[in-house]
Amino acid sequence: MLRQIEGSRAVAETVACCRPQVICAYPISPQTHIIEALSAMVKAGDLTPCEFINVESEFAAMSASIGASAAGARAYTATASQGLLYMIEAVYNASGLGLPIVMTLANRAIGAPINIWNDHSDAMAVRDSGWIQLFAETNQEAADLHILAFRLAEQLSLPVMVCMDGFILTHAVEGIDVAEQGAVDAFLPSYEPRQVLDPDEPVSIGAMVGPEAFEEVRYLAHLRQLEALDLIPALAAEFESMFGRPSAGLLSSYRIEDAETVVVAMGSVLGTIKDAVDARRDEGDRVGVLAITAFRPFPRQAVRDALAGARSIVVVEKAFSIGFGGVLSTDVAMATHDHACSLRTVVAGLGGRPITRRSLEGMLDTAVRDELDTLTFLDLDTGIVEREQLRMAETRRSGPSAEHVLHGLQSGPRPVDRPVP
Amino acid sequence: MSTEPVRFYQVGSFAVGNRLLEDRDRTVQSEPRRSNSLDSGHRACQGCGEALGARYALDAAMRATGGRLVAVNATGCLEVFSTPYPESSWRIAWLHSLFGNAPAVATGVAAALRVLGKGDTRVIGQAGDGGAVDIGFGCLSGMFERNDDVLFICYDNEAYMNTGVQRSGATPPAARTATTEAVGRDPGNVFGQGKDLPRIAMAHGVPYVATATVADLHDLERKVERAMEFDGARYLHLLVPCPLGWGSAPSDTIRVARLAQETGLFPVYEAAFGEVTAVSPIRRRMPVEAYLSLQGRYAHLFGEHPRPDVIARIQAMADDNIERYGLLSGYDYGADRGGDEN
Repeated sequence: MLRQIEGSRAVAETVACCRPQVICAYPISPQTHIIEALSAMVKAGDLTPCEFINVESEFAAMSASIGASAAGARAYTATASQGLLYMIEAVYNASGLGLPIVMTLANRAIGAPINIWNDHSDAMAVRDSGWIQLFAETNQEAADLHILAFRLAEQLSLPVMVCMDGFILTHAVEGIDVAEQGAVDAFLPSYEPRQVLDPDEPVSIGAMVGPEAFEEVRYLAHLRQLEALDLIPALAAEFESMFGRPSAGLLSSYRIEDAETVVVAMGSVLGTIKDAVDARRDEGDRVGVLAITAFRPFPRQAVRDALAGARSIVVVEKAFSIGFGGVLSTDVAMATHDHACSLRTVVAGLGGRPITRRSLEGMLDTAVRDELDTLTFLDLDTGIVEREQLRMAETRRSGPSAEHVLHGLQSGPRPVDRPVP
Repeated sequence: MSTEPVRFYQVGSFAVGNRLLEDRDRTVQSEPRRSNSLDSGHRACQGCGEALGARYALDAAMRATGGRLVAVNATGCLEVFSTPYPESSWRIAWLHSLFGNAPAVATGVAAALRVLGKGDTRVIGQAGDGGAVDIGFGCLSGMFERNDDVLFICYDNEAYMNTGVQRSGATPPAARTATTEAVGRDPGNVFGQGKDLPRIAMAHGVPYVATATVADLHDLERKVERAMEFDGARYLHLLVPCPLGWGSAPSDTIRVARLAQETGLFPVYEAAFGEVTAVSPIRRRMPVEAYLSLQGRYAHLFGEHPRPDVIARIQAMADDNIERYGLLSGYDYGADRGGDEN
């Protein structure tokens, strides 16, 4: 049944249906509404048995989740941005120990300059941490992916991060079909740990491993994550049969069959991209979309197959590797290395800058004409950049740069602020 | 009729043989069927105070909990010397996660046990002074503040020994470490720094805080057992000499630990809900030189260019402790353990 509900609320209610036993929470925007809702459910006795722990940092949130999971409880937490970076040592530790913790990442930019708005820099910063990373396109997907995430995590004994765009999804109110408890119970069996701290069968967990076995241990983790490439589609199919609506799988495509130019992207921007593609299709351009849900493990073969007919690939990314370029682009390039096609990166939406349909249509128009640069920053105001470069060249003690950029902005509106015709 | 208590003093020590005690007063370590939580064969250095302290503490906790115990360990000497597979020395359920997060991991374990209906299983977190005083301090304070059901033990050897003896927030003044070298006008660690973690724990108002040394096995075991009688956050700060880092003879570990207490430099006490409830009085007061001169880390205070001025400042610290905790008052020789009237 569709209900008008905030994305965070839908995620919280869905997570509650997954019967987490320990929830560790530390506030950081834009994930706060999720943990606030879960806190209220635990306090009211609606989610029981469950321990809700208000920890003193994100580092403690992930650490307490590690302890809870190792002791045999289903553990959940949520974070974003700086919070994810603050817990990063424990993030690696959770996957290294093979603990099936589920975490919502309300994607947000990373400072400095401090910025609370959406992009994917946080998720990309833990790309290599050994966590499974799933990106939701819509709030329906975000909610449903959590059910799949617990099942996936516990089956593989690996942690799963459900990435949903901060504010764009977390704070958006829309019609969402939140899963019923009975259906979730039927889909998600109770947690049966592979390893558990039990006085009756004492084991040592977290021992030192030297060069004699470290590579093998790491390789086994790789193999285990690759198992998700088969498991995710299987679970998505099972989900669809039980819940009567499709779940996001590894990836999905839109109008890709005869497409010469394919846009690859992750997250909520896909909706706008599809609108832009529809508009270009109306103009006769053969364009399509490939939506990546599973960023880790990366579905290399599936991406390769999906892009087999493309002449031109455009990867739209809400993050980039400073000093190089695209992050997702690199993976797509590896997957399509034997294709005769061009690959271009469009960095867009950093720090919450709106990605408009108009800008995307313009970009697609350029791409279709084969005039898109290898690396493009969508809606970049070069005037601001040049002004700041000149200002910095004038004097050694030029002061803080970001603050001067903001000061200079008062001189006129950015292109994106102009109304869409 | 007047009676005189019989005291069992062994030569050079105040220890009394277990076989002369009632069963109930014997140490856990004297039991042939003790749990051996940290089993023999590990890779600790000769004379390691931490290995000794951990074995005493965990076996006492195992007895107090009837074997229902999970231990969480911070990175550090104790973790490294005990675990390289397949040579784990732990015979209890044991988890190592990271250097700075042991208190939070222990919190998570305790929460899981509670929610799973296994509340009879208790949790111990353990770290060295680096893992408790410095890098794990935030997590430890959070665990205290929430009053999570964890006994946290800090094995304090007063520096980062696992990484090669660097200064920590628990390194005492004048001590030489690899980052407070015995060079310059004021060799060794500076005065006026460092954290008094037991007092900080007390300031959180947790149910139980105690200090102890490996020199008094009875006292240590009793405090672990006492700690297990409380629910909520508990803290045990255990002084464990490190022959490698302190430059003391491996055979002197117990002597050095005892001198730390008998000089007043390391006050041994118990506290409940933020108030000191008992102190272990000094039985035979010793000057700090007796303690310092056994350790290479203070060698620059003696020898060719002695520093009586520095020694005097350290003595003043000991005197302050004696005054503050009343360490010279209240010692009752007749009630000395082992002093039962026979």
